[in-house]
Amino acid sequence: MTTNNLNIREFLDQDQKKDLLRLLTAGSVDDGKSTLIGRLMFDSKMLYEDQLSALENDSKRMGHAGEDIDYALLLDGLKAEREQGITIDVAYRYFSTAKRKFIIADTPGHEQYTRNMITGGSTANLAIILIDATKGVITQTKRHTFLASLLGIQHVVLAVNKMDLVDFNQKVFDDICADYKKFVTQLDIPDVNFIPLSALKGDNVVDISEKMPWYHGKSMLDFLESVHVSSDRNYDDFRFPVQYVLRPDRDFRGFSGRIASGIVRPGDKVMALPSRKISKVKTIPTYNGNLDKAFPPQAITLELEDEIDISRGEMLVTPDNLPRMERHFEAMLVWMDEEAMDTSTQFFLKQNTNTTRARIDMLRYKVDVNTLDKSEVEYLELNEIGRAVFTTAKTLFFDPYKKNKNTGAFILIHPVTNNTVAVGMIIDKMSSDELPSRITDTEKEKIDSGIGLISGSEYQKRYNQKGETIWITGLHGSGKNLLAFSLEKRLFQLGATIVLLDGSTIRSGLSRELDFSPTDRAEHLRRVAHIAKLLNDQGIIAICSFISPSDNIRRQCAKVIGEERFHLVHMDASMDYCKNNKPKLYQLAEEGELRHMPGVDEKFEEPENVVLTLNPDNIDEEINTIIDYLAQAKIYPVK
Amino acid sequence: MKEYNLTNLRELEAESIHIIREVAAEFENPVMLYSIGKDSSVMVRLAEKAFYPGKVPFPLMHIDSKWKFREMVEFRDRYAKEKGWDLIVHSNMEAFKKGIGPFTHGSKVHTDVMKTQALLEGLSKYKFDAAFGGARRDEEKSRAKERIFSFRDRFHQWDPKNQRPELWNIYNARVHKGESIRVFPLSNWTELDIWQYIRLEEIPIVPLYFAKERPIVDMDGNLIMVDDERMPKELAEKAQMRKVRFRTLGCYPLTGAVESEADTIEKIVEEMMTVTVSERTTRVIDFDQDASMEQKKREGYF
Repeated sequence: MTTNNLNIREFLDQDQKKDLLRLLTAGSVDDGKSTLIGRLMFDSKMLYEDQLSALENDSKRMGHAGEDIDYALLLDGLKAEREQGITIDVAYRYFSTAKRKFIIADTPGHEQYTRNMITGGSTANLAIILIDATKGVITQTKRHTFLASLLGIQHVVLAVNKMDLVDFNQKVFDDICADYKKFVTQLDIPDVNFIPLSALKGDNVVDISEKMPWYHGKSMLDFLESVHVSSDRNYDDFRFPVQYVLRPDRDFRGFSGRIASGIVRPGDKVMALPSRKISKVKTIPTYNGNLDKAFPPQAITLELEDEIDISRGEMLVTPDNLPRMERHFEAMLVWMDEEAMDTSTQFFLKQNTNTTRARIDMLRYKVDVNTLDKSEVEYLELNEIGRAVFTTAKTLFFDPYKKNKNTGAFILIHPVTNNTVAVGMIIDKMSSDELPSRITDTEKEKIDSGIGLISGSEYQKRYNQKGETIWITGLHGSGKNLLAFSLEKRLFQLGATIVLLDGSTIRSGLSRELDFSPTDRAEHLRRVAHIAKLLNDQGIIAICSFISPSDNIRRQCAKVIGEERFHLVHMDASMDYCKNNKPKLYQLAEEGELRHMPGVDEKFEEPENVVLTLNPDNIDEEINTIIDYLAQAKIYPVK
Repeated sequence: MKEYNLTNLRELEAESIHIIREVAAEFENPVMLYSIGKDSSVMVRLAEKAFYPGKVPFPLMHIDSKWKFREMVEFRDRYAKEKGWDLIVHSNMEAFKKGIGPFTHGSKVHTDVMKTQALLEGLSKYKFDAAFGGARRDEEKSRAKERIFSFRDRFHQWDPKNQRPELWNIYNARVHKGESIRVFPLSNWTELDIWQYIRLEEIPIVPLYFAKERPIVDMDGNLIMVDDERMPKELAEKAQMRKVRFRTLGCYPLTGAVESEADTIEKIVEEMMTVTVSERTTRVIDFDQDASMEQKKREGYF
């Protein structure tokens, strides 16, 4: 990296063309990870001298490496961590060589910090997993590898460190590699590499070591400089999540965003989702002139030929290659919050530029990151990983994470604390119809036996009422219907949810084939009682207006509906009042033209167990009486 | 796939533009803090790019400690006018009237009152819910762990243990009323990237960055320029003309120069590649105590 022999302009021009590699390093506390990073940075001569001289002082005071320079001290930043001698968060390091610029996400290895590795690894192209040659493949190695594969990192390098402590023995290295291969084949990582090294002594870090002549591969730095990563991007499926609508004046409207995948050119046909409106790309204007093509991860603005309404959170795609569009999907979820998952929370889900409400329908299983074993759990805790089924309020436009990291990833935000509580990677092994909704096994049993999944108290909360029945009994012409219809109207105006059932309506349809004989009347009222029961079960107040002349019949109805839900009201009109009200009917009955008329040729039994006895003379007042009764009994309103 | 491979600078540019747009879309009242320095100049250019052909939809704010180099203030006013920026200049006027300054009150009090407090005052006055800053992670050790969206409580305080996980390029922008976010779109840029970008994009910067003969007083190894008559006479008298440039810009009594012949960006970079001091050591405020930047950040400094 010296510039002496190189003209500085040439150097800068060449430097400008470098690409960027983002990598993740993972290892446990003593694997020598910080030493490796420090060595890579130091040996690529990007450490300034004053940092070095400060370092020499630091090493003497609290170094852990004896008389040697402690490279790890270069890296630790926060006070508390330095005192504990461990790194506790993700730290980003930068160095560059003649060929590439590197961003290292340095993450710690201990158990409680899966969260940090996931964070550091989310943007990484490559993961270096450190192993201590004296210890071999340990649980943490497996955990780190699993997390790398979960994040879809395509390239993994197993850095077998501390080879100096095993006399640079080839067999030790080969055994570790074989051991690791056995494990890694269960996972989905396309490119796995092995490098034996000593970070402390510098063997195989920058230059190939003479001490391991049996190793014919590249040094760590050489490997990092040459590994091909740009093809890991998805250039096939054009996805453009609209981030910002640009409307500086009347003539220009542009849609800004970062290309998630695929390539776009002026003239390309594009479809807006969810509207499915189609237009063409007119220009791709930038500060430095119009582009003739754009590709990920460029942040661009698209001007379209036609005026279509598109807002933030929507997506532009090619019409012949659509993403999945669902509200119901499955994802691998990593729980990141100190507070455990509460599945009843309505989270905010942010995917790309799209934010929507989301709920967890079901947690299928939890994965043990150490053994990859799956187990059924009710919820996830900090650093736990599971597979969950989601339903969102708005439709998401996504691809499986495996195919497209940018459209397949999301975060979950707690609606109260606003913390990022979990992150998800969408999988699409099943279509959305096949996915379970939030239906548990006990619920399934209920459905099979026809029991609703909404409880009485949920209905009660929604309607602010108890689903019960006001059963009005009384002679023909006693004013039952006047009372029932007026009551229905009053309750409706007050905000209650009610259904009114009356004799003539039911008899004209549901009970059409039945006459007024005692048997048919009993059947007719049995049907009414079952309807009232259904309504009450679903939280609705039923007002039933029926003569229901015998105590026996009324008791049977109460039984069907449920005694505690059955409120019997007697419209106690005098016979004179009734006859006066319906003179023709009573005349026919008295003349024997009409049979089965309660109060005439059949008995009307005085009702027992009535809650109210009312009088038809002043209906308005009586309605108030009923309203008062409903309020007192907390039938309506409950609150 | 070479054809579809972005260079390091263009990838960083895309990342920053995405961040800037995300803040503009998610927050009601963002502001971009403009320090007049080279990083700020890059950041403002990125904002202009993000909303091209439209205008930047939020104001810029400069916290003027009243002790900035005169050339900085001139540059700021000329450039803002030329570009038509919506620029707010805020100072802690009360403290200024009391005569608080680095020569009389020391660097710690001055920085606290005229920079940190002035900043918090400015943010509260305009009720900004998001503030862009030009800090980079490679500047200083404790910055290496800073999030791009850095959460601040109602008192603008930063808690290193209570930062939100930040994955992919999905940023959690939800805050409660009164809370805010500091946003660092240049997080992943290095000093070399900044210079390269200034060169590539021909971004104007304050001439103080380039070497020139300037009146310099050696204060315990810090090369301090005599920028105005407020420097105590007994110090100013010792000034000698030396060819120097500034690697960072701030309050002139607190910003040390380096002796240099570099009067072009190319020469600056050449010098940088072979330098013996890293960037922030020319800032006098860093010497107060170990991990002092972390302390300042906790208190609300950028």
